[in-house]
Parts: sequence; C-alpha cells; structure tokens
Amino acid sequence: MFPNAFKYEAPESVDEAIRLMTEYGYDGKVLAGGQSLLPMMKLRIAAPAVLIDINRIDDLKGWRRVDGKLRIGAMTRHSELEHATELFDSFPLLSRTARWIADPLIRNRGTIGGSLVHADPASDWGTAMIALRAEVEARGPHGNRLIPIDDFFVDTFATSLNEDELVVALHLPSPTGPAASRYMKLERKAGDFAIAGLAVHIALGSDGRVSDAGIGICACGPIPLRAARAEKALIGQPLTEETIANASRLVPEDAEPADDLRGSAAYKRDLLRVFAARALREIAEELHGKVGVQ
Amino acid sequence: MKIRVKVNGTLYEADVEPRTLLAYFLREELKLTGTHIGCDTTSCGACTVLLDGKAVKSCTVLAVQADGCEVLTVEGLEKDGELHPLQSAFWEEHALHCGYCTPGMLMASYALLQDNPMPTEEEIREGLSGNVCRCTGYMNIVKAVQSAARKMAGETGKAMGEVATSGTAAD
Repeated sequence: MFPNAFKYEAPESVDEAIRLMTEYGYDGKVLAGGQSLLPMMKLRIAAPAVLIDINRIDDLKGWRRVDGKLRIGAMTRHSELEHATELFDSFPLLSRTARWIADPLIRNRGTIGGSLVHADPASDWGTAMIALRAEVEARGPHGNRLIPIDDFFVDTFATSLNEDELVVALHLPSPTGPAASRYMKLERKAGDFAIAGLAVHIALGSDGRVSDAGIGICACGPIPLRAARAEKALIGQPLTEETIANASRLVPEDAEPADDLRGSAAYKRDLLRVFAARALREIAEELHGKVGVQ
Repeated sequence: MKIRVKVNGTLYEADVEPRTLLAYFLREELKLTGTHIGCDTTSCGACTVLLDGKAVKSCTVLAVQADGCEVLTVEGLEKDGELHPLQSAFWEEHALHCGYCTPGMLMASYALLQDNPMPTEEEIREGLSGNVCRCTGYMNIVKAVQSAARKMAGETGKAMGEVATSGTAAD
C-alpha cells in the first residue's frame, strides 16, 4: 500500500514551515511523527496534495523550563518523554502516560504535538494534558498564542487551530506542592487504543489537603474530556477514603461513552469509576510519605 | 527526489518518489528483501528496522525522511559470515516457525538489548509488544532474547577479561 502522490516539503525552520502552510492552505498537511497520518494516507482516508514534513526543525524538539513552566517542543517523541528521568519527579504523568501509547516502535516515531493536533478522542496525550492543565503554543504568520487545552479540542479530529497555525510547544504549569499522578488504561490487546482511560494528577497544599486536582477522561466522548465534577469534589479536601469514593462516583458523570466494539457505555462508565478510585488510592498512599495525609 | 541513505554501512544514492515508503525502498530499490511487509498498517512490526539507532516500523516512514540517516536492517546483523548472537539464539531456541515476523522480531530485540542488555521477561514482552507472531505464541522468542542477552553479556565480560555473572532473568 502506498499513499496518493504528493509534493514533499521539508522546511528547516518554523518560519519556513508557516510560510509553506500559508502558501498551500488546505492543500497542505503537516507531517509530524506520521504514525497516524501515514497510515491514513496509505488507506487513502487522507490525500493531501502537499506534505510539509517538520521533522527537520530542531527548534521543535526537546524541553526546557520557562517561567516556572515546562515547555515541551511539539516534535518531542513519545519515547523521549517515557524515558525522561529528569522529569519523573516533577511531571510523573508524562512517563506514566507515554508508556501506554501504542508500542515501543511507534513511540520512537510519534510526537506529542502530532498526537494532540490529530485530536483523536482516544488520545492518551490529550487526556494527560487535560489533567495537567496544559496550554498549547501555536504559531501563525501573525505571531504566537497560547490555547488552554480545554479550548483546544473542538470535536473528533478537529481542533481550534487555524489552517496556518503550527503547534510549536506545550506548556505545563509546575505543581504547587507535593504531587503524584496516575495514568490508567484498559486495552483489548497490547498497544491498542483505550477501551477507556483516565489521567489523574493531584497536588497537595501545606495543610495536606488537595490544592490541585486534574482528571482527564480518554475514549469516552468526541474529545478527551475533563472530569470537572470530581475535580471540584477533591479541591480543599483531605484524600480520605470517603473523599476518594465520592470523587470516583462523580467521574463517570462527565463522560459521554458510546456502545461500540470495545464495550458498552455502562461498562466504560464503571471502568472510569474503578480507575478513579484506584488512582486516587495509589496517589494518597504515595503522597502519604511526603506530607501527613490522613 | 534525490536521497542519500547509509544502509548496513553502505552509502546509497537514489532518486525516489516522495510517497515511497522506507520498507518498499529497501526491498524494491536496494533489493534488501530481508525486511518484510506484513500488515502495512503500522500494526505487525514485520518491517522493523533501526533508523539512526531507533527501532521503527519502516512501512510508516517515508524513504525521503531517511535522507542523511543510517538504517540497519536484518541483513546488517551478520558479521563476517557469523550470525549475530540474536540470530543464533532464535535458531537454537526454535523462536520461529514460518519466519515471516523474524526479521522484525530480531531488529526490535536488537534495539531492546541495546538499551537494556539484561531485560526481564516482562521487559522483553513489553519491548516486543509492537511485533506480532502468529506461530510461536512468543514463548520461544522470549527465551531466545534471554539466551542472546546472556551470550552477549558473556562476550562483553570476556572482552573485559571478566567472567559473566550468573543469576539472570531466565534462571
């Protein structure tokens, strides 16, 4: 199988990429890791006239800390974040999520920016970015803007990016206190998309109560969703068994799962509740050593 | 488009259509048919090669993207007529029946052992989770990787004038 013929461009700077995107408009398609786009092109689901390959733009790779935030370049590969030991302490959710994406071979190629722009409702990164309250840095011909992740996903395979805007980085706020995270995912077989998944990020204040709670829901709606009711129920509370049970019951209320080949909607809701309870219990236990959680 | 790619140590220059996938370039242009094409949908891993040292599915990389890169295929494992320890271990442990997945399994295992010379059974299974085998049920593939890991550790040990340590994951 091979894709339709296309014109190939391989810019070496962001400015050049944006110039090409502006020039070609909807005829152009940006190629990041290509682990979704190339299969779609081979199946002729996608047939762009021009492919703008951004793999040769070094500015889009790697991460650095800027103004108390972590800035991750859009072309950072899943495997790089999976093995980024220097991020394990402050951003454990990155590695915990990355190791669930597809398989090791795909993780060597796929990128965090490409995954987000593809906007699959079963995107593991999308779910994690919701939990971490990420902002998406997009650059267009008229400059940069930061898009909160909650405004980024519009619908399945649709984002709020303009056609001439390129995602250049993700910005993650640093946790304010002791923090722990979990990514939970059930798949039919190794490397599959999620039946359902859940990303949970919790930070505690100096009083041992929850100061920040971020919960993202995977593969249970048209886009990755936020479990806002559960987050609200956690803020200001100690991580007791009662708080955890209450918040876990609220998680499925923000999900919109559908009956499909992977399972019934009721099953997926139940899965989310169980994932939430497990994740919060593990987080409570992990944080217990760091502060006096009751 | 003109590309220059180093494959198994040999530099090749070729003129390819942008839509040519790396797996097809290796097989049809360079006649290196050791790299197999199985599912063609980024699922099975039969086409696994190392691209600048990283194991990737070559059916899901464009040949033009390999311009200026180094590629290692299964043909590059053998040295001076001697099989790579992974290849002999796959033979000795009966890690294949039909052999279709074997080049991909070997390349993914090679990359795994590069990063983690003495992986546990679980790490091997995770490391090979992007490669599908329909014959063996994976048992003997895991055994072969463990056996190769021991041999390679022994060789390194000998080279360093040391005796290989026992007590590996397979024991």
